[in-house]
Amino acid sequence: MNYFPDEVLEHVFDFLTSHRDRNAVSLVCSLWYRVERFSRQRVFIGNCYAISPEKLIKRFPGLKSLTLKGKHHFADFNLVPYDWGGYVQPWIEALAKSRIGLEELRLKRMVVSDESLELLSRSFANFKALVLVSCEGFTTDGLAAIAANCRFLRELDLQENEIDDHSGHWLSCFPDSCTSLTSLNFACLKGEINSASLERLVARSPNLRSLRLNRSVPLETLQKILVQAPLLVDLGTGSYVHDPDSETYNKLKTTILTCKSIRNLSGFLEVDPRCLPAIFPICLNLTYLNLSYAAGIHGSELIKLIRRCAKLQRLWILDCIGDKGLEVVASTCNELQELRVFPSDPLGIGHDAVTEYGLVAISIGCPKLHSLLYFCQQMTNAALITVARNCPNFIRFRLCILDPTKPDAVTMQPLDDGFGAIVQSCKFLRRLSLTGLLTDQVFRYIGMYAEQLEMLSVAFAGNSDKGMLYVLNGCKKLRKLEIMDCPFGNGALLSDAGKYETMRSLWMSSCEITLSGCKTLAKMMPRLNVEIINEHDQMEICPEDDGQRVGKLYLYRTLVGPRKDAPEFVWNL
Amino acid sequence: MAFDKELNLEATELRLGLPGTKESEKQPTIAIKSNKRALPNFNEESCGSKENSNASHLIQKRDQEIASPAKAQVVGWPPVRSYRKNCLQLKKMEAEAAGMYVKVSMDGAPYLRKIDLKVYKGYPELLKALEEMFKFSAGEYSEREGYNGSEFVPTYEDKDGDWMLVGDVPWDMFLCSCKRLRIMKGSEAKGLGCAV
Repeated sequence: MNYFPDEVLEHVFDFLTSHRDRNAVSLVCSLWYRVERFSRQRVFIGNCYAISPEKLIKRFPGLKSLTLKGKHHFADFNLVPYDWGGYVQPWIEALAKSRIGLEELRLKRMVVSDESLELLSRSFANFKALVLVSCEGFTTDGLAAIAANCRFLRELDLQENEIDDHSGHWLSCFPDSCTSLTSLNFACLKGEINSASLERLVARSPNLRSLRLNRSVPLETLQKILVQAPLLVDLGTGSYVHDPDSETYNKLKTTILTCKSIRNLSGFLEVDPRCLPAIFPICLNLTYLNLSYAAGIHGSELIKLIRRCAKLQRLWILDCIGDKGLEVVASTCNELQELRVFPSDPLGIGHDAVTEYGLVAISIGCPKLHSLLYFCQQMTNAALITVARNCPNFIRFRLCILDPTKPDAVTMQPLDDGFGAIVQSCKFLRRLSLTGLLTDQVFRYIGMYAEQLEMLSVAFAGNSDKGMLYVLNGCKKLRKLEIMDCPFGNGALLSDAGKYETMRSLWMSSCEITLSGCKTLAKMMPRLNVEIINEHDQMEICPEDDGQRVGKLYLYRTLVGPRKDAPEFVWNL
Repeated sequence: MAFDKELNLEATELRLGLPGTKESEKQPTIAIKSNKRALPNFNEESCGSKENSNASHLIQKRDQEIASPAKAQVVGWPPVRSYRKNCLQLKKMEAEAAGMYVKVSMDGAPYLRKIDLKVYKGYPELLKALEEMFKFSAGEYSEREGYNGSEFVPTYEDKDGDWMLVGDVPWDMFLCSCKRLRIMKGSEAKGLGCAV
């Protein structure tokens, strides 16, 4: 290959779309490294503190699309304090100063300010796509800037962000000349928007294929929009409530018949089940259905709907569907690949919730299932063993028993053997979350069999350091390990310090590790940032007392040393 | 941890430390501070499950729960995104707060009242509340004859504007279609099933 001109190498590399492949290619030799870095357009940074914006810009001058992740996964569950970090501002500032022609920015769990959005909107003439997932810190004013200034915007996708809603005017800030939208998702906004502006925007966006509305958009508006956008592929409804005897509803029924391209359906945060028949005609086309916010659809109405969706590949629902409802899913949705069952009452002992019966039924009816997130009341080893046998293709298996230390509901034994069966049978398993009464034994199974495992989430499990050691020693491909409330201590933490440089990060909270263990680790491994989150001055009383237990440890590999924006309560050892 | 068979308030007390550990762990001056967190008491029986794999004494007796355990919230559990938790919580609160208020008039009464239909689980409760509010008796309801043995008949106006006898349709259907209530006096109620 060294006899080929660079352009040929570049052309070959063009066919490599995955980040891992391109990363691998850049390690072959310095020639390949050089060709690769100049031709790379898309970069994924899984931890924004692992590298600096300056180094990024230096290495990839042709950068067009950047993905950044900020806070640790457990920030989703309120375990990371608000001002821990993860600010996008320095990245946008650095990129703006450079000659990078940024076109796409995807952020997850980062703090984004209106100032950042304003700067972003003014700095990149060709900016096309902004995707924000679980971010916070901005208001609709920032969105207004994006709408007003990004002349060629194609994608504005806001997923589950906490946005301060000042008013609906941001939508009106899209100029009349903006006709390039392909995807608009503002489902997470809480405030009102101007329906007329929305209708006009849709009318002048002939390439719109994905539209997810927020709960304030009434059914009349939905009907008018669908008339303008019959080629929609992805639809999230707004307020799906109306008098089913009205003319508006009848119009909607007729309009939906023309929407033959809809494959993804979501929304229904507000819903009158009597209006559901309008969508029956398109159910058979659906491959993705998200009813996980549709608390208003349950019982027979829910079953009626699901029975029509025979081609579903991805289904997100609430546990009020019950085991019986899951049996219907199992008999109807034989193409199902991904299932997520969320708790409708996270804190309560739900009476409609699902159990091991529902899961077993699914495993029988849906052999193609490879991704599972299952919140349930109880589980048994027998059920897990059956599921493992029926579905050997799992790549993601996340089981969450609402009572986290509950044993096998029938035998009262730990669930070690059940999960052991899962890891033994599912040879391609990449992500695993465990709950239930679990001893060190389950970790022994994981270490032995989970060869492809990249991410493991554990809570309230194990008996001793051995548990964590099994995992660290056995799972060669482990990248992310997150542990809460387990009896793992310094022995486990320090057994293989070098391992952490092969991983993205380790999180341990409410375990048995002490300040002394963390300090030792930090000293041994200068290329790790070892951060202690010390909230509520838990450790202020005697900061020199190394025997203190550490409340929250977050460590990650980095090329740029301790971060300079850490707040007072974060100690970088 | 021994299975507490008595009503033992200490067992449901919210504090740091595993269930079964002593009070003394609360003292902050000890060098090794415990940062273990108490699990929420989903069932009293499940408290000790972490320490005993031999759980022969942990029998699920949901209906025999002695005291409804305080729903202690362990931060970070269950692992549901706070955005999602807040959405569902909001919906729950809205549903509880919204209510379904309808006007109630009674023939001969100087002013109307308003009641929240959502508060009642069914017709017997509603009728009892109306009877108490207006000091009358509705009598016995039967499908064939309507209300028997009373001068007053409870009626409602439905979505089509028609006046209907309360009690004929299923409760849920009634909730959806009832716009207002009127307690009619016997003489006017002929034809609506008042067998006076």
